Amino acid sequence: MTSSGADTVVLRAERVTKRFGTTTALNGVSVVVQRGTCLALIGESGSGKTTLLRCFNRLIDPDDGQIVIDGSPVNRLDPIALRRRIGYVPQDGGLLPHWTVQRNVELVPRLREVANARELATHALELVGLEPSAFASRRPSQLSGGQRQRVAVARALAARPDLVLLDEPFGALDAITRAELQTSFAGIRRELGVTAVLVTHDLREALLLADQIVVMRRGKVEQTANPEELRNTPASPYVRELLSRSQLSVP
Amino acid sequence: MVWLQLLLSGVLGRVLPSPQSDVVRPIIVASKPFGESYLLAEIFAQLLEARGFRVQRRPGLGATEIAFQALRTNQIDVYPEYTGTGLLAILGERPSEDPGQVYRQVSREFRERYGVRWLPPLGFQNTYAIAVRQETAARLHLTTLSDLARVSRSLRAGLTPDFIGRADGLPGLERAYGISFGQVRALLPAVKYQALSAGGVDVIDGYSTDGFIERYNLVVLKDDRRFFPPYEAAALTGAALSRDAPSAIAALSELSGLLSESDMRRLNRRIEVDGVPVPRVAGAALLALGLSKPSGKASSPNKGADSGVMTYLWAERRTILSLTLRHLLLVGVSLTAAIAVSLPLGLALERSRKAAEPVIRGVGLLQTLPSIALLAFMIPLLGIGVVPALVALFLYSLYPILRNTYTGVRDAAPGAVGAAWALGMTPRQILRQVRLPLAAPVIMAGVRTAAVINVGTATLAAFIGAGGLGDLISAGLALSDTRMILAGALPAAVLALLVDGMLGWCERLVTPLS
Repeated sequence: MTSSGADTVVLRAERVTKRFGTTTALNGVSVVVQRGTCLALIGESGSGKTTLLRCFNRLIDPDDGQIVIDGSPVNRLDPIALRRRIGYVPQDGGLLPHWTVQRNVELVPRLREVANARELATHALELVGLEPSAFASRRPSQLSGGQRQRVAVARALAARPDLVLLDEPFGALDAITRAELQTSFAGIRRELGVTAVLVTHDLREALLLADQIVVMRRGKVEQTANPEELRNTPASPYVRELLSRSQLSVP
Repeated sequence: MVWLQLLLSGVLGRVLPSPQSDVVRPIIVASKPFGESYLLAEIFAQLLEARGFRVQRRPGLGATEIAFQALRTNQIDVYPEYTGTGLLAILGERPSEDPGQVYRQVSREFRERYGVRWLPPLGFQNTYAIAVRQETAARLHLTTLSDLARVSRSLRAGLTPDFIGRADGLPGLERAYGISFGQVRALLPAVKYQALSAGGVDVIDGYSTDGFIERYNLVVLKDDRRFFPPYEAAALTGAALSRDAPSAIAALSELSGLLSESDMRRLNRRIEVDGVPVPRVAGAALLALGLSKPSGKASSPNKGADSGVMTYLWAERRTILSLTLRHLLLVGVSLTAAIAVSLPLGLALERSRKAAEPVIRGVGLLQTLPSIALLAFMIPLLGIGVVPALVALFLYSLYPILRNTYTGVRDAAPGAVGAAWALGMTPRQILRQVRLPLAAPVIMAGVRTAAVINVGTATLAAFIGAGGLGDLISAGLALSDTRMILAGALPAAVLALLVDGMLGWCERLVTPLS
């Protein structure tokens, strides 16, 4: 890992270890996320990818190792303030069912007590392709699955965070809607230049959206590579197997 | 009907001039919840009023334990009791065959132990009467309890719960005669005669002065081994009355020895079978005994016993309305208090989940206590009347609200709660803005459950003198007056529906999802 230009590194995890009882969920995992890039954490259930993601905004505190965001070790930051700085998109959208779309998207700007929460929310809705005049006053129950995930993305981005964490954000959608959202997300990310960490079990999604891919297995990093490298030089039989199962060409 | 107004006045108190009385406070006259007890208490009350005392009535206050506890703690001043009951049920002593000896024994023991006085007996005995249908008696050749013992295995008995449990009831009977019924069912006094007459059971326990024995043409089996101890009726008076109004005791003593067993059977029959209001029967009895003079006060016209239920409800609308209001008050106050306690407690438990199940189960245990037992436990602590009733209703309302608050908040939209947490809401913000609004329908369901249970349970409050629609139900049951039972039960059912509907409306107000 290069140490050149510390300010180009948004997030650095060093030898992070987390145990739940007798199970070791993370076993000395290190990753680096460069500013403006998208890092994908890929692996099967139980590989530790979601646990690692949840360490980044202190939903989980590691037993060992260190996580540094923008130069500050996160364990010295107030977790509530930290979370308000970081966007988050859960798999099920996690929209508050009793609030309108507008109120949902305004959530983080309001928590951060910015004056223009309303404008920020409106802009975020436009960004994800939902016409505010048509969608702002709807309830989550009045939206399709794809629209709900778009609102969840808008909510994560409304306060203009430097970093956004996505936990299998498109996993529960049908193939066509998923493809639409993936394309849309790639465009938004490029436009905003936002740094993203994406957890997925879908290698095609990782190859499509990520600049850097971390393959995880049983709490350890199996390989870290950009899409091109990963495709061409899988570091282990496991990664090769992963590629062939996704019906992607293996040299 | 004057009787109903009297029931109510038992709660509200009644003010009459008291020229001869040596006290200003009213004398509180109570009864146990069966016809003869109502009648004797009303005779006591009218006699005291005729002698210039102010009287407050607590008719149908409760069974032996409740009535005696109330007397011992001076919550009431006098109620009619039976010497045999005093000896066995209260003192727990062995029975004796000699009425005089029993009376002397209870007089001495009650005075020494409780400061309570037995006035000289009224003149009749009301002992247990084991009764069968005439057809059964003829077919099986039954005239005595010894005859009954021969065939008891083939018979089904319907006995009052009281009788099943008391040493001088079924257990003693089994020992004394070797009686062992094929089947024993617990039946309330109000239904046992009908059950016997309809053939649902073959044997019942009655009282020897019951008017129903004649009406249903029953055969009372002779107690040939003299098992049942003497049950002489007498006024039982509390310590406070002896101190505050000795002249009232003198007035009550005027009744001593004046009422014969046949007198009582006739009077009971007028109430239980003919449906004549208790105050009228009591008034006529006092007049006939020469203890009161005819007064100008006309008793209310007797509404024919065959008039329809709706007519009856309409005629009694004022009484029903004021009892309904009192019922609503009991429900409203206890439910509000229960919400004020269980809602914060449920939220606190959600934050310390280890304690949650033990605490909620503990509160749930309260729910399993029979309401009557809970009410009886309260008398030594809180006396009788509205306060213990409110406490009991409060305790019964806790569990549904607590359980639903805890479960509702714990399980409210976990995905949304998780996201709110991940985006930086504080636990307090999540509780107020997410969990509580989302749990509102579940919490309200708990409140509605508690409210409906509460309306039903509040009818039992009548047994400890708290009033409400239970007054009509318990009096109706004791007097076998179906219309009176319905006059309490129907408004209670309507009230339950209304309260539930009103809370349903509140639920829509607090429910965030349209």
